[in-house]
Amino acid sequence: MKHNFLSFVKKESLHILRDKRTMLVVMLIPVVLMVLFGFAISTEVNNINVAVVAPERTDGVKEAVDRLANNSNFTFKGYIGQERIDECLRTGKATAVVVFAADYDRLAMQATEGVPVKPIIQVILDASNVNMATSATAYLQSILLGAKAQQAMFETRMLFNPQMKSAYNFVPGIMGFIFILVCAMMTSVSIVREKESGTMEVLLVSPVRPVKIIFAKMIPYFTISCVVLVTILLLARYLLGVPMSGGVSGIFALSLVYLALSLSLGLLVSTIAGTQMAALLISAMVMMMPILMLSGLLFPIENLPKFFQVISNIVPARWYIDAMRKMMIQGLPIAAVWKECAILLGMTVSLLAVSLKKFNDKLE
Amino acid sequence: MNETVISVRNLTKCFGSFTAVNGISFDVHKGEIFGFLGANGAGKTTAMRMLCGLSYPTRGSGTVAGFDITREGEQIKRHIGYMSQRFSLYNDLTIWENMQLFAGIYGLTKKDTDERAKVLLERLDFFSERNTLVGSLPLGWKQKLAFAIATIHRPDVVFLDEPTGGVDPMTRRQFWELIYEAAESGTTIFVTTHYMDEAEYCSRVSIMVDGEVRALDTPTRLKEQFAAESMDEVFRTLARGAKREEQ
Repeated sequence: MKHNFLSFVKKESLHILRDKRTMLVVMLIPVVLMVLFGFAISTEVNNINVAVVAPERTDGVKEAVDRLANNSNFTFKGYIGQERIDECLRTGKATAVVVFAADYDRLAMQATEGVPVKPIIQVILDASNVNMATSATAYLQSILLGAKAQQAMFETRMLFNPQMKSAYNFVPGIMGFIFILVCAMMTSVSIVREKESGTMEVLLVSPVRPVKIIFAKMIPYFTISCVVLVTILLLARYLLGVPMSGGVSGIFALSLVYLALSLSLGLLVSTIAGTQMAALLISAMVMMMPILMLSGLLFPIENLPKFFQVISNIVPARWYIDAMRKMMIQGLPIAAVWKECAILLGMTVSLLAVSLKKFNDKLE
Repeated sequence: MNETVISVRNLTKCFGSFTAVNGISFDVHKGEIFGFLGANGAGKTTAMRMLCGLSYPTRGSGTVAGFDITREGEQIKRHIGYMSQRFSLYNDLTIWENMQLFAGIYGLTKKDTDERAKVLLERLDFFSERNTLVGSLPLGWKQKLAFAIATIHRPDVVFLDEPTGGVDPMTRRQFWELIYEAAESGTTIFVTTHYMDEAEYCSRVSIMVDGEVRALDTPTRLKEQFAAESMDEVFRTLARGAKREEQ
């Protein structure tokens, strides 16, 4: 009976449309997260105030300071005397102080002639923010030593994300997070709400098959997720400038698989939870936490303890985020992430099977 | 009073070692208002769930609207209406939308739905309120509406599980008028209640104690049988012997 299925889809859509607040939250969260992670919250280091101590402002020193002042990451705050270093760092006037030795030019000259003694540049940093200090050191090192090839101690090349923009990395992460939120959490809560209010009982006495009830519930949430997906991709491309050179169709296809997976997860939660509160808690503890911690969204998986690395294998978001990074940032085609696709598909099928079975059993 | 709509023989439901319903047998005739009484925990709801096709009997057999309860549950669902003890319409939909939804579930055509909804709402004097959200209605109205919606597809049997709980006496009267009208038009009513004055309104009454039907007859004859003034007394005489504690 097609008619009763459509009346169900209509009913679910009305529920969602009437609930303006939830609607707004679902539509706004992705935008807010994208903007926050894209601009405000970034692990890049910008606007570091640098002061320079140089007893003799020789040509070599001037050249180095010019390079520093011209770099967008640093703001040159002027030359200071040795005795003011401590004061400057303490008051926050400077975050880093670069000290050139008096014999900097002479040693640098000798170094080019093959004398094994190299000139020393001392960098003194305010390390109260460790991340910033570490990045600043690396930047300073490359800027100050970079010019003279023979003095370069290391060479690093950043591929794919040459400016190391953190927003790039966050976009796939946000997608992995948002879809679980919208699909899994909202569907589970909406199913459990019907159990709580008693309407589920009436539906079960009616000739509608339980499977139909469930699919009718999924359709509106699936639609919303697709709108969110398009919003995120547009924002990523035109606001943040994520390249997405791997082809948008592949990104879409894999995202749809992930949406289906999230919906199945939501269904599973709804069969376990008896109250809306429980559904929310399970979603938050069992789905949100692993996504934040174990999917590579915030922390690289390689940095996790071995135990958690193994556990992260069963977190679907890990595979999705991984594949999305490859496609959106590295520009690989979908064929290159077949492994991730296969794992996600497998997870979707088994989750759907388990939750449908559980759902039907529950009715007896 | 000849056509049998519900017929149950030796119906039993066990949950593990606990026997919730123990071999009940009875018949309900077409157009009858059948009162299904019993203390909390006596097994009323379990029995009713089996009749509605929500749960399989452990033993015994039965038919509802001519369909077998063990094999033809899906067919039964098409021919019955059900109103649960909890209010179970959608508060965030309007009266009209709720009616459209349930009519759609039972496969009524668009034209049929509109006509039927209009008739039912005009009977309740609700037609002008049809675009009001159900959540903003008083409880008595909601219950009358829920009854109307339970009968929207003209079912053979309507199961009412404590339909008047928490409703004021005035509205309860009106509610019973609706029940009478439905019964007169040929719909069989199967109703559970805790109000003994309502039991007096039923054509026949069965009283369940500890999973068994201990009494079944018209209210008048039951009162004679137990030499009681009212149904309330009959009920208390029977319930006194209950071994199960109220839950």
